Amino acid sequence: MDDTLKSKIEEMVNGNDVFLFMKGTPEQPMCGFSAGVISALNQVKAKYNTFNVLSDPSIREGIKEYTSWPTIPQLYIKGQFVGGHDIVMQMLQSGDLATKTN
Amino acid sequence: MTLDEIKNKIQSGLPGSEVEILDPFRDGVHIKAVVTFDGFHEKSILEQHRMVYATLKEELKEEIHALGLETKTP
Repeated sequence: MDDTLKSKIEEMVNGNDVFLFMKGTPEQPMCGFSAGVISALNQVKAKYNTFNVLSDPSIREGIKEYTSWPTIPQLYIKGQFVGGHDIVMQMLQSGDLATKTN
Repeated sequence: MTLDEIKNKIQSGLPGSEVEILDPFRDGVHIKAVVTFDGFHEKSILEQHRMVYATLKEELKEEIHALGLETKTP
């Protein structure tokens, strides 16, 4: 992965406590899994920022390589990759999501 | 790619695993795999999911749009 792309990604994940790469926007998610993660974050009243991967194919592919994780959405908390939709749902149920995002 | 092919792919990558493929919306697209595997012991959920994704590396690039995962130990 080229350095410019990598630093762009690092800037996003390190510059925000809770950061989500998703398809679409929080107001208008373009995929059911992205919508699910947004709804989970809203339920725990997390403050988050997002990036719409549909707006930039290089980030869309780059983020998969960056984390070695093949799917989107991808959630980061304090610079650490946390997981995709299913993991976020499990964390919501266990209460971990609320603890970690607040 | 059929649901059976996905199942076989996961099972050959994680020998001895039990795999159930669900198609909750009956669209063949938003599928879910429930994988029970001894090798998940003492691995984090993140690692467990990574292990399953690794068996479908190529397929996830193109053919599989969305794969929900649930991982368990026997």
